[in-house]
Amino acid sequence: MLAPEPVIVRRRDTRAVLLVTGLLLLAAGSALAVWASGTTVLVTLVRMLVLVAGILAAIAGLGRLARAARGKPVDVVFWLAMAWLVLILGAAALAPWLPLGNHDDSVAGLTAPIFAPPGGLGADHPLGTNNYGLDVLARAVFGARTSILVALLAVLIGTVVGGLVGMVSGFVRGTTDRVVGVLSNALLAVPPLILLIALGTVLDPSIRSIAFALSLLTIPSMVRLARANTITVAQREYVLAARALGANRMRLLLREVLPNVVLPVLSLAVVMISVLVVAEASLSFLGIGIEQPTPTWGNMIAEGQGGVMEENPFIVVVPGICLFLTVFSFNLLGERAQKRWDPRSAKL
Amino acid sequence: MGWEISSVARRFLLPVLELLAVLFLVSLGVFLLLSLVPGDPAVAVLGEGRTPAEYDALREQLGLNDPLMTRYADWLGGVLNGDLGTSLVPPQTAVLDRIASALPVSLELAVLGLVMALAMALPLAMWSAYHQGGRADRAIGAVTFALLSMPSFLIGLILIAVLVNSLGIFPRNEWVRPGDGLAGNLSHAFLPALTIALMEAAMFTRILRNDLVTTLHEDFILAARARGMSPLRVMVSDALRPSSFSLVTVLGLSIGRLVGSTVIVEYLFALPGMGKLVIDAANQGNYPVVQGAVLVIAVIYVGSNALIDRSYGLLDPRTRRARA
Amino acid sequence: MSTPLLEVVDLRTVFHTTRGDVRAVDGVSFSLMAGETLGLVGESGSGKSVLGRSVMGLITNGATTTVSGQVLLEGTDVHALKPSARRKLWGPAVAMVFQDPMTSLNPVKRVGTHLTETLRRHLRCSRSEATERAVDLLRQVGIPEPARRLAQYPHELSGGMRQRVVIATALACDPRLLIADEPTTALDVTVQKQILDLLGSLVAERNMAMLLVSHDLGAVAGRTDRVQVMYAGRTVESGETRPVFAAPEHPYTEALLASIPQLSHPPHTVLRAIEGNPPDMARPPAGCRFAPRCGRVGEDCTDVLPMLSVVLGPSQREGRREVACHHPVLTDPVLTEELGHGR
Repeated sequence: MLAPEPVIVRRRDTRAVLLVTGLLLLAAGSALAVWASGTTVLVTLVRMLVLVAGILAAIAGLGRLARAARGKPVDVVFWLAMAWLVLILGAAALAPWLPLGNHDDSVAGLTAPIFAPPGGLGADHPLGTNNYGLDVLARAVFGARTSILVALLAVLIGTVVGGLVGMVSGFVRGTTDRVVGVLSNALLAVPPLILLIALGTVLDPSIRSIAFALSLLTIPSMVRLARANTITVAQREYVLAARALGANRMRLLLREVLPNVVLPVLSLAVVMISVLVVAEASLSFLGIGIEQPTPTWGNMIAEGQGGVMEENPFIVVVPGICLFLTVFSFNLLGERAQKRWDPRSAKL
Repeated sequence: MGWEISSVARRFLLPVLELLAVLFLVSLGVFLLLSLVPGDPAVAVLGEGRTPAEYDALREQLGLNDPLMTRYADWLGGVLNGDLGTSLVPPQTAVLDRIASALPVSLELAVLGLVMALAMALPLAMWSAYHQGGRADRAIGAVTFALLSMPSFLIGLILIAVLVNSLGIFPRNEWVRPGDGLAGNLSHAFLPALTIALMEAAMFTRILRNDLVTTLHEDFILAARARGMSPLRVMVSDALRPSSFSLVTVLGLSIGRLVGSTVIVEYLFALPGMGKLVIDAANQGNYPVVQGAVLVIAVIYVGSNALIDRSYGLLDPRTRRARA
Repeated sequence: MSTPLLEVVDLRTVFHTTRGDVRAVDGVSFSLMAGETLGLVGESGSGKSVLGRSVMGLITNGATTTVSGQVLLEGTDVHALKPSARRKLWGPAVAMVFQDPMTSLNPVKRVGTHLTETLRRHLRCSRSEATERAVDLLRQVGIPEPARRLAQYPHELSGGMRQRVVIATALACDPRLLIADEPTTALDVTVQKQILDLLGSLVAERNMAMLLVSHDLGAVAGRTDRVQVMYAGRTVESGETRPVFAAPEHPYTEALLASIPQLSHPPHTVLRAIEGNPPDMARPPAGCRFAPRCGRVGEDCTDVLPMLSVVLGPSQREGRREVACHHPVLTDPVLTEELGHGR
């Protein structure tokens, strides 16, 4: 911006050029990625770089194809992310009815091969098995079920409780407001993961109690956001006028304040989902969250420790990629939502 | 006179009181929470298969038979005198000693991680903002966004896979105290600190870049350019400081995340820091250690955030007079 | 006639935006002798500020901008220089005073730093020499207690004082050309006159040339040698200040002058505001840019873009006058000379 740059001549790519280069990029990129993920010729680092380069090339190719089809630039990454969310949420919801392998019965796993390598589509174990002979694909899907269920439950509790408390506190002000402030500051005074570990010492490692513990992380920031938005709305002239005329406070809160608070709070909720998925995974990775054999992405990744990952990288790679893609997609969705509905908070 | 006192009270006393209230609540919360630990601490200490009398004697000795509030008062009194209790699990040393030996490890990791994060973020953010909308900017934006979606334990595992196992550059799973050789200490601390730093660096880069882009559109930047200052000089000397308010705000929040990733990294690299102390204690139901460690961490966290709140004046002279 | 200090030939600045190409400056030429003051007048949005910045080289060719034409400052083409060489001119050769002193000083830098960093960058002098000179400069622009001011921050000074600081920074390295971009617009009316007088006396003392960009005809009237009236990125009229204002030839100049309240008018005289808005510079009208708002519009105006031509008429005795109009106010045009530039 500060330095003069050479004049960029904007080439208007024709549809045909876009189609051809797009197809080429997509094909070459996918081929490269597939080769890199299978080959044993290269060192891990180089393999990873080649893989990433292949995927990026494929995405760029897809972008060109989409541009050729739509006639204008398309945000392919966003749509791919949404497709992933639909896929993983759908799989998680339907997990018990999908034709998947054994995900948590370690007795039955005794008869299955352990650390079977990924067999690809159509094999008994498309993504291999772990050290108990449990099917990694089935575990990844059921892991999604646990991880996402916990996160959604926690966000639901956090949003409802935090949103309501924040709204009331911002509307009533005075002592209530101050007390709520000190309480939420006290919750914020303990770093999130430490709070979770402390809670983990006490609570039994069930989905319900982990969700409760995680919801405590979301409440303070929800309270702050809802409170700030409520104060802004409550100071608008028509609300002040209605209050001065003695309007029913409950009615004002529901009719005037709530609609203005819902969208920013929901945008934050989407961002929070990804934060909580990470928090749950961290907790389970540390062995404090949900316990084996119930799968979550966190405890699946933890299985890779102690030399397992070096021999059988897929043990870590499968849940790692699921975790990354899910968090990435929720982050992208949350960022979009905040840009549109809560521009003040959209800092990142 | 009366006005002056009340304004002083508003400015200094109230925040301090609120800080104390917060810390009091934290201590109460930590204590109450961990008093609800399922299972009998006496069993945890002595193991199973002793006589009921032996358990009872220990319970009496630990003060577990007193009412809850009495126990809290005792504990808080001890805390204020620098006594955080004794570990339930052998070696039954003072909790304070355990913390004293673990804290430096975590602090070193956290500080090193923060410094590395800033060292990466500042140039990247400036470069990105300078070429706003260009290739470099978009690439940096994409990479940092991806990094933010990567939990620190995943970053750590990837770094271990690449740098330790594949390339064999760094040692793993040991800790050398700075006293036993700084070079050894740093080479062992580097990888864990890098793991911590990457995610924070991504966050800092994005925040600072966005604020820099806004600042670069300001008149005083154009004016500085019109005085013939070089782009680098304009960036560092004119744009950086007014752009760092959000960064400083985020720094406060990031310390909380930093503590979290330090815990994970210590677990991942088996380093004897606060994280390992807390996790081990949590797994053993060793509640005095958890209580003490959480309290110490909370005090450090709240304290550093209070310091950050005070640091705005250093950045912006306009707020100085209002605070002075 | 000696060579001019500044010569601008057919300057065009085009911004490539998502709406299309915006022609902010569309073929403007002028020249400026040492010690001469030229007023650049027009409504907001007429491209005067972009012109000032393009002349300085602050706006130059880039990914989203194309600058064409020539800006010869003491014979060197500003836009042909490498960025580093161009920066060497900013300060010693040409300097700029910005519109709003509230935003053109860095809020986190001391007043003194603004001055000393400029001095040290260009004059390569020591810290103490720079400080000494800075005190001297602040005194020259009429700031009381200059030594104390150096350690203050911009927010501790009033608007007028800040603009004096901005002027002092601009003058720090004794530029030959000063571009003042609406230097008084953001100031209180009482302060405006002081700042203009200060600029006038400084320019006279130092034999500087000044380009005074302003929408305020009053500011330009008494303090410039020549004036150039801009509309929609083009020059519509230029000439010596006094005759242009006394007897405008272009309908736009006339309308601008008629929109200023005058003490000589009887009370309750209705001011004649110019109807309509300046054209969208991404899609300018085909003929004269002013035609849609002009009272003297004829058929040819909407089709043919009028060129800037020298006018001969009653006002011709008082220096060279150029007008771009098919139907000038005072005289029918007697076109003697079609000028090469300004298509």
